[in-house]
Amino acid sequence: MTMTATAPVKDERVAKKSTISKILGRPEIGALVGAVALFIFFSAVAPVFLQPGSIATVLYGASTIGIMAVGVSLLMIGGEFDLSTGVAVISSALMASLFSWYFSMNVWVGVVLALVLSLSVGFINGWILIKTKLPSFIVTLATFLMLTGLNLGLTRAIGGSVSTPSVSNMDGFESAKAIFASSVNIGGIDVKITVFIWIAMVAVASWILLRTKVGNWIFASGGDANAARAVGVPVVRTKIGLFMGVGFCAWVLGMHNLFAFATVQSGEGIGNEFLYIIAAVIGGCLLTGGYGSAIGGAIGAFIFGMANKGIVYADWNPDWFKFFLGLMLLLATIVNLVVKRRAEQK
Amino acid sequence: MTLMKNKDITQEALLRAEKDPLTSTPVHLLELDGVGKHYGNIIALSDVTMAVDAGRVTCVLGDNGAGKSTLIKIIAGLHKHDEGTFSIFGEPRHLNSPREALDAGIAAVYQDLAVVSLMPIWRNFFLGSELTTGVGPFKRLDVETMKQITKKELKEMGIDLRDVEQPIGQLSGGERQCVAIARAVHFGAKVLILDEPTAALGVKQSGVVLRYILQARDRGLGVIFITHNPHHAFPVGDRFLLLKRGKSIGYYNKKDITLEELTAQMAGGAELAELAHELESLGGHGDVIAEVEAEVSGTETRRS
Repeated sequence: MTMTATAPVKDERVAKKSTISKILGRPEIGALVGAVALFIFFSAVAPVFLQPGSIATVLYGASTIGIMAVGVSLLMIGGEFDLSTGVAVISSALMASLFSWYFSMNVWVGVVLALVLSLSVGFINGWILIKTKLPSFIVTLATFLMLTGLNLGLTRAIGGSVSTPSVSNMDGFESAKAIFASSVNIGGIDVKITVFIWIAMVAVASWILLRTKVGNWIFASGGDANAARAVGVPVVRTKIGLFMGVGFCAWVLGMHNLFAFATVQSGEGIGNEFLYIIAAVIGGCLLTGGYGSAIGGAIGAFIFGMANKGIVYADWNPDWFKFFLGLMLLLATIVNLVVKRRAEQK
Repeated sequence: MTLMKNKDITQEALLRAEKDPLTSTPVHLLELDGVGKHYGNIIALSDVTMAVDAGRVTCVLGDNGAGKSTLIKIIAGLHKHDEGTFSIFGEPRHLNSPREALDAGIAAVYQDLAVVSLMPIWRNFFLGSELTTGVGPFKRLDVETMKQITKKELKEMGIDLRDVEQPIGQLSGGERQCVAIARAVHFGAKVLILDEPTAALGVKQSGVVLRYILQARDRGLGVIFITHNPHHAFPVGDRFLLLKRGKSIGYYNKKDITLEELTAQMAGGAELAELAHELESLGGHGDVIAEVEAEVSGTETRRS
């Protein structure tokens, strides 16, 4: 042979990363810095913000975004995104409410059917995406429009109005309300149950993402789908599963909306999909996929909750909220970018 | 026939294969006989014959569009061939997916899609074949074991990393290839396909990758090394398959070809070389042949 195997080669450029740069390399660091800054800011301008009751309210606001942000974050790490999430929440609630009301059945039947519907919408989104290889922007934009139309059209056709008839006196309402829309009293403060559902979902999602095979596949499918497929990762199943996960989150939130108010406005939900995506992006999920965390999405949602309620506590006009949100989005993503670049250089 | 028993090809078989691998009939790890593939009415590959043996490097050379990619896609299970026979351990097969190829012991390392660059090295190493511990809902990744194995396997390939947690995108191109090769070796690959591993690399990094190829060979793997650079192929190859416009234009043992001839064929001098052989066989004048051959090889000098 012309050559023989030689001594090990070592690249002197591979240096050990310091603990600090490791921490700075976490995807959610930008969001965390932003959240702390915002918390200090509102605590200073509006002392009422620090009262336990206010914090419970902030957390509730955060949870209604955060529950969806869990699914959306994972989907985004998996390299796709979903524009139909805002109306999908309402679709799920409408399904449960209208079905139970029309057939005068126990609401739990509607709840189960709504879950089937939500998972199916997710499956169809994912399946069309895989089969047509169209970008998720187009596929889910189409789903968004169709669901919007169906929500309005079917609600009027079945219930005769833009909002659904109340289900508050139907069988199973109380037990469903206890699960999806009750409050838990902690030290004299009522904390909405969605806060706990949200925290549990973030924990499960983090576990899946960091400590299971599926988590590895999600990162790989989003980071480089071709490479993932080449080493045997079931990319198709992973992506469809992620869309169904988003469907599951939409169902949870849809059920909360239904049992918190007993009635559903069929035209609601439009625009909320951006809030979920914003939460995920502020939390450090890359739009291009392959990078991010479930906790980041949760911090993003918390930032949303603080900005949303903080403005009210500070006695400002809520008109300013959207401006605030936009600024937060810009700042958090810039911080993410800078921190990530710096961490990669070290 | 007890084909599967031949997985562990004996030294004797190897020696026989060395004598005349083109015609001898020990069971090859892989064997392609008249394999072809067309996409619609476009013929991407036709009538390709080659063999891969344990501890041998088979080089596939060709310019852009020669059919190299199609060939490896067939072997790696990304496409199915529609002509000829493709045998694995002597058994004719049609592979349906990369997973099937992996299960058959064929691992491909692609130039640009070898790894997911944002993921840590150890996650990349075990991607698609993750180790788990625990049962039921508590089944989880065995992170520590995977990190240790990654570190150990990379060390054996000659890369000593202190931190396998860093994103693999931070490694140099050669090191990324090395991780992919080490991964294939660890997961019991018997055949390693390397798709243009040196194409995007500098001279020094290319040398590093060539060394890994030899290490993989010395560990008893059958290596398919795809390249358009004869200077990279010749020092490490045992056999050379030359492709041009989807067709095989030559299949040589190392002893039957020189770097100059290889370069000449690659550079499109095949016609000239053919002419030289023709003249020789007709008993043409020695000086004329030498002249043509000089023309063929140009000023290329053999690299040490």
